[in-house]
Amino acid sequence: MNTFSIATAEKNVLAVEQSPGYWSGVFRRFSEDRIALFAGFVVLILVVLALFGPWLVPADPYQSSMLKRLKPIGTEGFPLGTDELGRDMLSRLMIGARLSLFMGITPVLFAFAIGATLGIIAGHAGGWINSIIMRTIDVFYAFPSVLLAIALSGALGAGIGNALLSLTLVFVPPICRVAESVTSQIRGRDFVEAARASGANAFAIIRVHVLGNVLGPIFVYSTSLIAVSMILASGLSFLGLGVKPPEPEWGLMLNTLRTAIYTQPWVAALPGLMIFITSMSFNMLSDGLRSAMDVKQ
Amino acid sequence: MNAPILEVKHLTKHFPLKNALGAKTGQVRAVDDVSFALQKGETLGIVGESGCGKSTTARLLMQLIAPTAGDVLFEGKAVGSSELPLKEFHRQVQMVFQDSYSSLNPRLTVETSIAFGPQMHGVSARDAVVRARDLLDRVGLDPKRFAGRYPHELSGGQRQRVNIARALAVQPRIVILDEAVSALDKSVEAQVLNLLLDLKDAFDLTYLFISHDLNVVRYISDRVMVMYLGQVAELGETESIFATPLHPYSQALLASMPSMDPDHRTEAPPIAGDPPNPINPPSGCRFHTRCKFAQAACSVNAQPLLAYKANQHYVACEFFAANAHLSIASTEKAAAELTEVHA
Amino acid sequence: MNAVLDFNTVAASAPAAVIEHLRVTFTGGASPVRAVNDVSLTLKRGETLALIGESGSGKSVTLRSLLRLHPPKKTQISGRIEVSGRDVLAMNTSTLAAFRGRVASMIFQEPLLALDPVYSVGDQIIESIQRHIKVSRAEAHARALKLFEQVRIPSPERRLAAYPHEMSGGMRQRVMIALALACDPELLLADEPTTALDATVQIQILLLLRELQSRLGLSIIFVTHDIGAAVEVADRIAVMYAGQIVEEGDVRTIMRSPRHPYTQALLQSRAHGSLAKGSRLATIGGAPPDLANLPPGCAFAPRCNFADDGCKQSEIALVSLTPKHHARCRKTEQESPPSGGEG
Repeated sequence: MNTFSIATAEKNVLAVEQSPGYWSGVFRRFSEDRIALFAGFVVLILVVLALFGPWLVPADPYQSSMLKRLKPIGTEGFPLGTDELGRDMLSRLMIGARLSLFMGITPVLFAFAIGATLGIIAGHAGGWINSIIMRTIDVFYAFPSVLLAIALSGALGAGIGNALLSLTLVFVPPICRVAESVTSQIRGRDFVEAARASGANAFAIIRVHVLGNVLGPIFVYSTSLIAVSMILASGLSFLGLGVKPPEPEWGLMLNTLRTAIYTQPWVAALPGLMIFITSMSFNMLSDGLRSAMDVKQ
Repeated sequence: MNAPILEVKHLTKHFPLKNALGAKTGQVRAVDDVSFALQKGETLGIVGESGCGKSTTARLLMQLIAPTAGDVLFEGKAVGSSELPLKEFHRQVQMVFQDSYSSLNPRLTVETSIAFGPQMHGVSARDAVVRARDLLDRVGLDPKRFAGRYPHELSGGQRQRVNIARALAVQPRIVILDEAVSALDKSVEAQVLNLLLDLKDAFDLTYLFISHDLNVVRYISDRVMVMYLGQVAELGETESIFATPLHPYSQALLASMPSMDPDHRTEAPPIAGDPPNPINPPSGCRFHTRCKFAQAACSVNAQPLLAYKANQHYVACEFFAANAHLSIASTEKAAAELTEVHA
Repeated sequence: MNAVLDFNTVAASAPAAVIEHLRVTFTGGASPVRAVNDVSLTLKRGETLALIGESGSGKSVTLRSLLRLHPPKKTQISGRIEVSGRDVLAMNTSTLAAFRGRVASMIFQEPLLALDPVYSVGDQIIESIQRHIKVSRAEAHARALKLFEQVRIPSPERRLAAYPHEMSGGMRQRVMIALALACDPELLLADEPTTALDATVQIQILLLLRELQSRLGLSIIFVTHDIGAAVEVADRIAVMYAGQIVEEGDVRTIMRSPRHPYTQALLQSRAHGSLAKGSRLATIGGAPPDLANLPPGCAFAPRCNFADDGCKQSEIALVSLTPKHHARCRKTEQESPPSGGEG
């Protein structure tokens, strides 16, 4: 039998030219996409607000004053006016980023972990395992996501924990579906066949050959759900099923300010505007990521 | 003759066809009772048109799909048995696919892809990388330049060299080449064919070379197997097949090769029509619907593989001796030497 | 519909197609890709010309330019293209629509992609006839039937009602040819029409094209990478490399006394029957150049055995070896024609 000559091989274990990897290409394409960069910048600001809000706010967001209720935008000392209890809107909006982002991102993260795992298993295994997982997921699909979130939250009872749980359950099916479809595409590629033919077991194939190819697309899809999650979480808070007053959360603020819609429409609309800006930014960011990760061949 | 390195017995694969409700509506008889043996050190070419089952045969041999019936024996040991676990078989037999891009993981560098196989068989990561770089060198790619590259940075020919290196990385004894040069440009194809010949000598390999290109198969193969609609039509030494094709299908296939001589162009198509669909193939001899020598019996009797010339040449047509292609002398001789094969 | 071409104003004596100094550059990507670099060609009426070359040689791009099929926003075209005396590059959108299919039409490699899956093939042909010619549906139907007979589709009346997916590959390609011939075009452009077909079907389609050409007096430009296919149908061969025609002459001349080193190498690198077992094929080292970054001189010089510094400095002029044989090479005097398969 032929043995590989170690002598020549050792000689070859010198520095090899390393190509710029896939991710550096993604980064380069992303950095050329101005819209995505702008969206990323907005998201960065929101994250900074969420992390450091309490140290950045100009006034105490919980300090109410019956005398200063519903001041308009531009009032001395209250650049964005005050809410129905006379609390500083700017401070509340800033600190509201914390809970709103938390409610937007956390369920998606959990759903990503659960949905991607299920989807990758279903997609890679195929056959009856795929059928069991995917048909179960289809049952959840039968309900509109808003309705499902409300029903689950309603059944579990109000509160942040239950709202997170119900939102997670809402996002598992779509992520699982996407994961299943990208994984079964990869499974059909010859390099997975070749890996099987080289004697690798399913675990090694998933770890080396599947994950690297599917996690990116699933992640990008999941980031696009953050916006939906934020809106749903706001909706739950609006209905009294999520965050409880006096905690500042944009959906809840929108709810409590709705009585002021005729007296101070601009102030009442501000939390909605924040939700809009944030969800748009996440959407544009995930669009940008998607096109940056799309390697044309 | 020595004991064959790989033996295939009555290999059969039927893909069931199901309607939307999952009820069985028919089956694709992709491979139907195929038997042959691969001798150590030879190159066996498999030729045939789409639907003849040559690629399904490769995937069956590689154990990538489960056969409906039949056995594969490696050095006399049944593949998948306790004597020869699948993993050990996969160390001995490797495959190179047609699509050079799809068969490499786009996220992995070339050397990581090559080093993956050996690591699955217990080679340490460092040794596997050493081996990968050595193999890159052997397939004509400078490891210093190519080891760290990604598949999309390489040309089709370079990628196919990487695929060959990847197949060789577990030090197999048989390599199945499924249309491995078909997607390449002619000038690149020549380079890769030369490389395959060099590697065969260097590593003592046995090849199963599947292709639709008769010129290439003739060039590289010691023996050739002609397949038609999931069955073996003819099997024999390359020059014997190309010089005296016995099966009417082989004759038509060879005559369909474009003439390279402007003064002797092909006058009339050797056969009309397309190969039939392997779903519900014709009864009896599957070629009878297109065969110009077909007789009434051909649509009824399945044709067994007959041996001709002292077991050097097999043909699945009992009427081949009556074909005009053979001279009278060789026809008589052929008829005298006919024996049924007991596989 | 409204822009019907006036066929009487065009001189019947004009060549079927004239291409002068065609340059096609694709500007969609990061850096411009110079796919065609100064191609000039003349196709006489009733002549079949084969454009051969490997992938990226610009043969398909040249062909598609004749119908202006490239996306206008991402393509720069310069030079002149005339089909039957009509200036193609000067046509407006409606003239172009009337021109395509009526004066020149095209058949593609993969008919399944070119045919509409939701209409029967008969309806597609009838629609195409009625788009260009004022005839009743019954007349168009009769013409479609006649076309099907012409391209030798068995039971044509029944096949007119069939959908593309119900047909075999060879039958679809015949439909594609019938569709291309529906409005009696003068020029037929064939882009690798037999590449996706099985060997026994390929020869049928090649012979069909040859027969239609002589029966209908068509002018054909046939793009292929397969020299064998070119020899079966073409009167003249033009060999392309890196967006240029490197050699052009009639079939016999190109096959027997090629003078450009690339043509010679291409012919020698083919695997063919007369090679001794185990011998190595003659190969062309290296790879085709990057079209986004072409060298200043002869694009083949880096791979050429005869090249010297002069070849790498400036563009090489076309040398006329005989009035009908041209090669783009400075060294045609020094080379000897190839003596066979050895390298």
